[in-house]
Amino acid sequence: MHLKFTNGPRTLSILLAGEWSIKTLPLIESEVQAVSFESVKMIEIDARQIVISDISAAWLIHDLEMRARAAGLTTSYAGNKPVAVQLVSQTLVAPVDNLALDESPESFQPITALGHQITERIAYWISGLAFIGELSMHLVRSIMRPRHWKPISIARHLYETGITAVPIVALIAFLISVITAYMGAQQLRKFGADIFVVDLVTVGVLREMGVLLTAIIVAGRSGSAFAAEIGAMRLNEEVDALEATGVNAIQSLVLPRCIGLVIAMPLLTIIADIVGLVGGAVLCHTLLDMPLTQYVQRVNESIAPSTFWVGLIKAPVFALLIAAAGTYRGMQVRSSSRELGRLTTVAVVQSIFLVILADAIFAVIFMELDL
Amino acid sequence: MNMSTPIPIIEALDISNSFGAQLVHDHLDMTVNTGEVFGIVGGSGSGKSVLLRTILGLQHPQAGKVRVFDRDLTSMAETEIHEVKASYGVTFQAGALFTSLTVMQNVQLPMLEHLNLSPRALDELAMLKVRLVGLPPEAAYKYPAQLSGGMIKRAALARALALDPRLLFLDEPTSGLDPISAAGFDELLMGLQKELALTVVMITHDLDTIFRTCNRVGVILERKMVSDTLVGIVNNPHPWIQSYFHGGRARRFGAVHGA
Repeated sequence: MHLKFTNGPRTLSILLAGEWSIKTLPLIESEVQAVSFESVKMIEIDARQIVISDISAAWLIHDLEMRARAAGLTTSYAGNKPVAVQLVSQTLVAPVDNLALDESPESFQPITALGHQITERIAYWISGLAFIGELSMHLVRSIMRPRHWKPISIARHLYETGITAVPIVALIAFLISVITAYMGAQQLRKFGADIFVVDLVTVGVLREMGVLLTAIIVAGRSGSAFAAEIGAMRLNEEVDALEATGVNAIQSLVLPRCIGLVIAMPLLTIIADIVGLVGGAVLCHTLLDMPLTQYVQRVNESIAPSTFWVGLIKAPVFALLIAAAGTYRGMQVRSSSRELGRLTTVAVVQSIFLVILADAIFAVIFMELDL
Repeated sequence: MNMSTPIPIIEALDISNSFGAQLVHDHLDMTVNTGEVFGIVGGSGSGKSVLLRTILGLQHPQAGKVRVFDRDLTSMAETEIHEVKASYGVTFQAGALFTSLTVMQNVQLPMLEHLNLSPRALDELAMLKVRLVGLPPEAAYKYPAQLSGGMIKRAALARALALDPRLLFLDEPTSGLDPISAAGFDELLMGLQKELALTVVMITHDLDTIFRTCNRVGVILERKMVSDTLVGIVNNPHPWIQSYFHGGRARRFGAVHGA
């Protein structure tokens, strides 16, 4: 027990005892909260028997005094008020209670909230458009002045986003084409149309799946890396340091990533296409007992001259979308490490969304063009 | 301050640290006594921060012993080190405030980790610490990005004081502050050191701060430490110490401090 009570006529004497330190604080706090001031006009705190070993303990004595005052009691100390408690009282002289209220959320006003949402959205679209504008401007400018290209930087990003992604892209392409062929074979076998499994795999992989899956993997790998890398540079003020040295951040950070990815993505797509066709061949050979010569012949028959190019042409577009979304989100990081995490997530989600949206638009265009 | 019978609070004995082939500390000894303000001084790259990390138990020395509060840090289990960590406060060079938390939440984080308090006590105690370091109450609800350099240093000090430590480690507490803010910080530190009976260990390059606050100074020289009282160090004949305290940047102190 840290509080000992002696009830006098209308006066409650509280003798403080035991260890008063931050370690025993939770215990003492519950005792202080349980003190009842009923039918008392005055309290006297006697702290002469304890050693107040830290400021948190002193705060509790101060708190006890404040509670008593709030209940309309007069308070006094037996002997002098302890020095540490005096320090706490002096530190807290200015009232702070209503300041906390300033920060409490305002009552919900639907119209204001809607207005905020709309203006925020508009500002958000404008800044996105501004980024695209700036990026295209620099892109055009750097094409006209090859001196400004950053070959070392581009090569680094080509390596990191392209070459290191080859194993995972190949593995996924292989598995997806095996799955497609397997599912297709099960259905087509019912009609005795086993041979069309080859058409399914070839057209599916070359036109859609090769490039789309590559784009999704690249968005997850490189889109997030771009956002996190540039975001961390912003937090370290490295981007400001670049700008202050007269180096344009878009030119030196964003462009090499975009160019690197635009080169890497078509190459990855070609690898995915090849591995996908190999996967189809493996499955047709083992499951449908189709000779490899027949498979190759059927592949040749099933594709139009444009099939491969229709898939490949999408790769640089997807690459640009992923790189732009990643670097844009990275550049938006301002103040905190939490923002970095949030914007990295946004970068990945948006780049995947943009890729699929663009793919849908391509599908419509190619249909209209009869490709 | 009782200088006649010094009671050691930190004893680092025979410390050796190296990175690859580069030896940073070579059988270095350092003692800090209870109640003093001890300044660690050394050239850039002389291993001041490594020494601090070793004493804090964040890094194991390759050889030697660290005793803090009379307990051997180097032979301690993880759980014991956790307990010792509750008994000292640290501020880092750049403040190292958690950027996603308000100042108030920053101060509350060590309390949440080590104590089981009611939300009201948490708020009030955190506010007390914020006011104690001289920040206005409204600063408690701001995020680190919204604070000035001087306020960040103070907020970091408030977080270091969250658990009422006896021992405070400060890594360059006044670097990056203007002279007036730095002087204000020194004054605050001296006031708190007296009122809360703190022992302070600080790494600093700020000669003003050294002369204003330190009782004793340890200089890392040739991978070892030379420590003495402030006056003793200033009069040490070693050429590096002489040029540190009496070089161009320091000359103006000669007249003021009679050193």
